[in-house]
Amino acid sequence: MDDFKVIDNYLCVKLPEEVDHHKSAYISENADKYILTEQVKNVVFDFEDTHFMDSSGIGIIMGRYKKIACFGGKVFAIHTDRQIKRILHMSGLNKIIEIME
Amino acid sequence: MIEIKQTEKNPETRIAKNEMALEFDAISSNESFARVAVAAFVAPLNPTVEEMADIKTAVSEAVTNAIIHGYENIYGYGKHGETKPVLLKIKEGKVYIRCRIERDVLHIEIEDKGIGIENVEKAMEPLYTTKPELERSGMGFAFMEAFMDDLEVESKPMQGTVIRMQKKLGCGDWIYREE
Repeated sequence: MDDFKVIDNYLCVKLPEEVDHHKSAYISENADKYILTEQVKNVVFDFEDTHFMDSSGIGIIMGRYKKIACFGGKVFAIHTDRQIKRILHMSGLNKIIEIME
Repeated sequence: MIEIKQTEKNPETRIAKNEMALEFDAISSNESFARVAVAAFVAPLNPTVEEMADIKTAVSEAVTNAIIHGYENIYGYGKHGETKPVLLKIKEGKVYIRCRIERDVLHIEIEDKGIGIENVEKAMEPLYTTKPELERSGMGFAFMEAFMDDLEVESKPMQGTVIRMQKKLGCGDWIYREE
């Protein structure tokens, strides 16, 4: 699968165009599989193609954060556009994950 | 007092009143259909990109709530990365959307005939969710409240829930911009 890539200690998750509840179970369960089998420490969410996200996306990020934070891992969000940044700021996720350009 | 200028360029093309109603099965693949349909309905009012995103997010939250809480549908992909759901529990039901435009105010009503909400006040608390195992963040109502101007929830246990939202369009962005 191209959407999930493991590079060193990082799992890079390429998110689809629209992140909603319909796609959330698929994303989080696949991400968990990689976190578990590849023993990655950090997770990077790539929002390059993403233009829409609702609270299901917050659930995905929060769930992964909970899984890796206890082992000192970090969650990153890259290529976020204004809409996605708004959602991340509104939910307060910007305080626990790192949003990078 | 500040006088509000009429900014509409072509007042004769302005829609004074417009209505639509949608009815669809309560399955998760219809979530994107619902928000895109509402967005298309609103498009003639020339909303800003932010307003459009607000409306789409609010509709998406409400429809998702109707599907997974109202009708208690469950989608699970298992822990081994299957591409098709391995756990699927779908209760037959419909989600109803009614939209009304009155001048520059959009009214949205989203209804389900599911199990209803026992304690609406509790359900509207941010971060409160009855389904943490589905990784629901509990932000649904908080998002609807934040993105729309007015939110009203009417629910009767075992009969269903109606969500009424209102948004005035053409007000610009309300959230602080970093740039």
